[in-house]
Amino acid sequence: MRPVYMVSGGITKFSKASPNKDFRYMVKESFDSAMADVPDLTLDRIDGSVASYFSDHFTRQLMAGIMVHDYLGLTPKPSRRIESGGATGGMCFQSAWEAIASGRMDVVAAFGFETMSHVNTWKGNEFIALASDTNFDYPVGGFYTGYYAMMVKRHMHEFGTTVEQLAAVSVKNHKNAMHNPYAQFPAELTIQDVLNSEMVSDPLKRLDICVMSDGAATAILASEEMAYKLTDKPIRITGVGTGTDAMRLADRPSREVILLPHENPEDYKNLKYPGVHSFRGGRVAAKEAYKMAKIENPLEELDFVELHDAFTSSEIQTYEDLGLCKYGDGGKFVESGAADLNGKVPVNPSGGLLACGHPVGATGLMQSVFAFWQLQGNVSKHFGGDGALQLKNPKRGLIHSHAGTGTYITVSIMERGF
Amino acid sequence: MAEKNISSTKLEEVEQGCVLYNLDPIIMKYHYEVDYIHSYAQDSPFFAGLAKGELKGSRCTKCGSTFGTPRSHCMNCGAPTEWMDLPLNGKIHTFTTCYFGGQEFLDETPFTLIMVEWPGVDTFFLSRLVGVAPEDVQIGMEVKARFRRLSQFKPTDVYFVKADV
Repeated sequence: MRPVYMVSGGITKFSKASPNKDFRYMVKESFDSAMADVPDLTLDRIDGSVASYFSDHFTRQLMAGIMVHDYLGLTPKPSRRIESGGATGGMCFQSAWEAIASGRMDVVAAFGFETMSHVNTWKGNEFIALASDTNFDYPVGGFYTGYYAMMVKRHMHEFGTTVEQLAAVSVKNHKNAMHNPYAQFPAELTIQDVLNSEMVSDPLKRLDICVMSDGAATAILASEEMAYKLTDKPIRITGVGTGTDAMRLADRPSREVILLPHENPEDYKNLKYPGVHSFRGGRVAAKEAYKMAKIENPLEELDFVELHDAFTSSEIQTYEDLGLCKYGDGGKFVESGAADLNGKVPVNPSGGLLACGHPVGATGLMQSVFAFWQLQGNVSKHFGGDGALQLKNPKRGLIHSHAGTGTYITVSIMERGF
Repeated sequence: MAEKNISSTKLEEVEQGCVLYNLDPIIMKYHYEVDYIHSYAQDSPFFAGLAKGELKGSRCTKCGSTFGTPRSHCMNCGAPTEWMDLPLNGKIHTFTTCYFGGQEFLDETPFTLIMVEWPGVDTFFLSRLVGVAPEDVQIGMEVKARFRRLSQFKPTDVYFVKADV
């Protein structure tokens, strides 16, 4: 495998609806913004693309990926579409990584989008719920917030996680987004604001849940030789990992905890795992990525994390899957401030999905772009001069993309290459 | 129906129009509806069982894994499974009450979803709990299955109530 680098990235401002631009135009905007940062990169030096979007229902257009590839001026070069639910963006990023690592291509554009405003929120929830078993799950009351609510109920039962701890995730991420001009829903909130917000599916309230969005993002990946030609600040992708689990939340038999290098079997003597309270696929993805990136203790060796916080609860569950704390300690982890902007390992310094929005196919790529700017030290440049979210000299970050009830999960490690 | 005049050079006008929300940009209503010819295929005996008041899971013929939601092949070893009757009494593994949902189920809110667990069965079953106030639902609560008298051949042909009802 060859080393792979990210050389540029671009995003659109995520919004509730962007009727003035269709999916092609939105991607073009993010693509042009990425291209503008690497002036030496011309269209003819791009070998191919990977398209990321989740739902043909939202787009009302099959083969939308090639339409974007065409619109960007990349035909007749190779392109493909990736679909893996909420993890589509992260999977697209890894697909582009594979194209370069294998030696097939030297420069690849990974782009993603979703146009969720084309239906009403309740119809959108129905579309998303079609990503659950349509024989056994969807007809019972198919609603993803309902599935996540059941998972966190069990997490609370097993480990004593509280609604205040969930709310702390919402407060943190919305607050971070106050300094992110791309975010859809920045807000200064209190724990009480979150607790007082409308109940959606007990215990998850309106402010525990991300919003639906229109948006697009592009990441440009390159081989080592091309990366150093194109930029003096390339970011190396040093690890990729992917995990899966059964589509149905009901299909989660108890097994042994999958251990990370810094953990011991004694840590989890009586823990039924993964149950419905943990994401085994997230643990598998992290384990593979850590091994490739030679990470032994993630809490000590990661400078920040951008993870898939579609729900406050899934952020807490994901701290544990990633090994930032032990299984069961996720609630205490956020409460301790460890995930704050100035904490031990800032989690979602961008504001995450909760505050930035979640245009599904763009989301995982958005994380890569924010992580890229962090590692380049360029947050202020891209945020209109506001450098409040720039971490001090970060060298290594993790991005995490997540689908279904933990059904597809990707973890990628990005490191400063200069 | 009048015979079509294929030599006409004028496209026939129709009084159809469209639903328009906005002019700049043009935002309009686009209707899309489809009837699927859906087969439950190998899952059919489960739905047939509900119509007879039976709740069926499955058991691996090779490794003995048991599934609270049936599958025709084992998720652990890949061998074929056989049907098995699940007890009609079980316990709540976890639950939630939904106050919002997808469009198809909005009229039914609030409704309570539960994962049912059985001792000795390796996986769970997603169902609805009926007749218990949201604040009274608890993990570990004993529940029993009930069946619709008029089957719809959907997984909601079975639902659960408190065991002592």
